[in-house]
Amino acid sequence: MKTKYENETNRGVVMKNEMQLQFDAVSVNEAFARIAVAAFVAPLNPTIEEISDIKTAVSEAVTNAIIHGYDAEFVKESNGTGKNLVFLHCTIEGDVLCVEVSDKGRGIDDVEQAMEPLFTTKPEMDRSGMGFAFMEAFMDDLEVFSEPYRGTTVRMKKKLGTKPWFRQED
Amino acid sequence: MEEDFKVIDNYLMVKMPEEVDHHKSVYISETADEYIMKEGVGNVVFDFESTRFMDSSGIGIIIGRYKKISYFGGKVFAINADTRIKRTLMICGLHKIVEIME
Repeated sequence: MKTKYENETNRGVVMKNEMQLQFDAVSVNEAFARIAVAAFVAPLNPTIEEISDIKTAVSEAVTNAIIHGYDAEFVKESNGTGKNLVFLHCTIEGDVLCVEVSDKGRGIDDVEQAMEPLFTTKPEMDRSGMGFAFMEAFMDDLEVFSEPYRGTTVRMKKKLGTKPWFRQED
Repeated sequence: MEEDFKVIDNYLMVKMPEEVDHHKSVYISETADEYIMKEGVGNVVFDFESTRFMDSSGIGIIIGRYKKISYFGGKVFAINADTRIKRTLMICGLHKIVEIME
């Protein structure tokens, strides 16, 4: 009988893994962040569907940090003191992936309102206001902690391997 | 990247990149608007043939263009979208304003 995880040497031992990244709040790093997380979960043998879900959710969170956390007005006000960094912290415990995306930026005035589908503070930038809705739809659990002018942390969890690896007819 | 935009009759064809995210969406929106204004096209067709990833930025591109051209009675189409992209469009209810075709 094959074990479920390739790198699980002792059966019954819960797999644990952790990684941290920090990078500049520039839009090229959105692709970098989501690919890094996708590579990090690879040992859990996720399905293509699961990888797509995770990549979309990470992309949303990192995009939010870059355009809303470090929004142009906030960066101007803070007079370029220090670097604008996005922090990515991922853990795996058993078959659960936890992703934390944080910034030390503008923060959210009203988290509840920000999480409403189609609500956006930047309609002129063609933002759809679906970011948090996507994170909620594609992950199992979503928590948002934010304080104005202190920053925002988004914590998302997803349990892997809940669906059969083959595609089911809709 | 200029060749990703083409005007055929009254339609602007936009070939979407492999990954549609915020980084790419700014350029796509701006260039599409330029064509819409300059060439005066009525309809926009987004071709997702080579697209493997799209987040809410892609939704923003489509809604933004829809708002612009529907004002003059134009329509927005999405073609060659895989099941994944279709699902993303459906979650946002975009199938009500965008014609999704094979």
